[in-house]
Amino acid sequence: MTESITVENLSKRYELGALRQETQLRDQLARLLRTPFGKRAPKEVLWALRDVSFTVEQGEVVGIIGRNGAGKSTLLKILSKITFPTSGTVRARGRVAALLEVGAGFHEELTGRENIFLNGSIMGMKKKEVDAKLEAIVEFSGMQRFIDTPIKRYSSGMRSRLGFAVAAHLDPDVLIVDEVLAVGDAVFQKKCISAMHDLRGGGRTVLFVSHNLAAVENLCSRGMWIAQGRVQLDGPMREVIEAYMGSFASADSASKALTTADGRQGTGEIRFTRVEFRSTDGDLQTVTRCGKSLVIRLHYRANEPIERPAFAFTMYTELGTLVTDTGTWLHGLDIPLVPAGDGYLDLEIDSLNLMPGRYYFSLKLDSCVETRLYDALEHAVYLDVEEAPLYGQSRRIDSRLGLVFFPQRWRLDGIGSGAEIDVSPAASG
Amino acid sequence: MGQWVSEIWHSREILYFLAWRDVKVRYKQAALGVAWAVLQPLFTMITFAFFFGKLAGIPSDGVPYPLFSYSALVLWTYFSVTLSQVGNSLVANSSLITKIYFPRVLLPAAAAFGGLLDLVVSSVFLIGMLLYYHVTPRWTMLLTPIFVGQTVLLVMGVGMLLAALNVRYRDVKYTIPFLTQIGLFVTPIIYPVTFLPHRFQGWLALNPMTGVIQGFRACLFGGHVDWDVLGSSWIVTLSLLLIGTLHFRSTERVFADIV
Repeated sequence: MTESITVENLSKRYELGALRQETQLRDQLARLLRTPFGKRAPKEVLWALRDVSFTVEQGEVVGIIGRNGAGKSTLLKILSKITFPTSGTVRARGRVAALLEVGAGFHEELTGRENIFLNGSIMGMKKKEVDAKLEAIVEFSGMQRFIDTPIKRYSSGMRSRLGFAVAAHLDPDVLIVDEVLAVGDAVFQKKCISAMHDLRGGGRTVLFVSHNLAAVENLCSRGMWIAQGRVQLDGPMREVIEAYMGSFASADSASKALTTADGRQGTGEIRFTRVEFRSTDGDLQTVTRCGKSLVIRLHYRANEPIERPAFAFTMYTELGTLVTDTGTWLHGLDIPLVPAGDGYLDLEIDSLNLMPGRYYFSLKLDSCVETRLYDALEHAVYLDVEEAPLYGQSRRIDSRLGLVFFPQRWRLDGIGSGAEIDVSPAASG
Repeated sequence: MGQWVSEIWHSREILYFLAWRDVKVRYKQAALGVAWAVLQPLFTMITFAFFFGKLAGIPSDGVPYPLFSYSALVLWTYFSVTLSQVGNSLVANSSLITKIYFPRVLLPAAAAFGGLLDLVVSSVFLIGMLLYYHVTPRWTMLLTPIFVGQTVLLVMGVGMLLAALNVRYRDVKYTIPFLTQIGLFVTPIIYPVTFLPHRFQGWLALNPMTGVIQGFRACLFGGHVDWDVLGSSWIVTLSLLLIGTLHFRSTERVFADIV
């Protein structure tokens, strides 16, 4: 086996002062006038990566997981040479193609065909190569009819299909993919996954970052969990995912105080303080059962009056598959004003039609009127859903049978007269 | 440095596609299309010919004033329009810089080369004017591409410096139009160098575009060639190219972090 990627003692430091806008010469001059001889104010420093070392063999498919802000994207950006490390070295053998955003460099005014040439070339293909692969790329994207239409008339889904189609034909030795499968419809996602499978078969080295743990598990043999800029765990994918999910489990699921949660985003004028799961009778619950009613109570604290906020949450399975994304704005609810102070909202669910399992909730509080994020928490709380005799009998129902169930009835009238059908509940097995 | 150059050479097709994109996008949905390349210097020339040539009676070295000013405007329009595009090339393509790796210098270079199409179109019109005014053809006209090349080098030198500074200090964006506006007056476009009092003429030679325009006109219309001015123009051009390249090289590693 030959080493495809070698990373040694990689660190990346960002100066938060530099990230904040000190990009006007005026600001610098003003500072110089204030303290002409004094040393500069110490800058806040953020280590996005700290002393990361690993090697990847040729042909390995490595999944990289971790929370937002853990350093995954920084790592990919360094591996793809977009940004440079503060210290440490990276060596990669062969042609490296990085897909940090599908269709990066597409130009709105150009047609699909023109963008294939532009994007392909920037990603490292020769014009001859693009010429030769053009037909295959267009077919893969399924955009034959729109290929001479300017991209500005494309939907975002169409754009990403075209972008991935180009990327799938790059033929690199090392492919670096960041979260691109999050877009596009199910059929196209399948196509992408199988394209990545093909790459794997061809002895290509693949690094894949995603929040979709199911896709990561499916594709990757080796996993790397990154937390706070360090490699927390490196090993077989399944084990890494389990350890990663286990790290969320310290939460007290019934009523978790969220005030100290880490990895939190947003400006903080208003924040979630607690999430409670209750029965419709008002009892606190840590566990609920399939098909039961449920009240989700979102507590918040507003430090000042907030105009037209939008409360929302997303629910994921243990493997990171999105179950639902819902919120007040989505329901057409406009909350004119939330006064300063504490309060809560209740979401009542008549029947929680979920298969047994553990479900994670990410919370988000933003504004209906401006693009402002007040608060966001990933995997803030979880809820365990236990099995229940859903269909009026005692067959075992579990997550292997899918994600959801529907209230349903089987009608046997059409089977034909004379058939003797036992309509009493089957004996438990 | 050698590695840098070889990487750029290796990626020359990207340069072609980026320049092609800039040109294509510039005239998409523009009804008059590439005719704008002629209209801009043409209307400037007409305005100059009326106010400076006719009303103010500024001399033009024996060349008809419209031809005198248009020949300079062909190069000056390329210089000023392209300089602003080169200077903004990194910031305008920030989404590319933060998402894909390729030699960063291709972005300013693509802007500089993309502008050449306009120059070619406005030069065709210049040839028409030369014919109209019955200018005697001379072999030195074949040397004009040297001055076009020098303008490209100058745009690249100043442009790389400004583009790299622009990534950190957005003030640059406001500086460029202001610089080119002043440049129009401290370059012998509206007037011949001899129009100025003698003690100012030396200062004018520090502006590299002075030598470019003088040399370009001398190739077209003949006449006296001031070798000192040409020489200092080349020295300044190459120095700016060196400064621009060095500054660009020393800052390009952080573009993606601060753009």
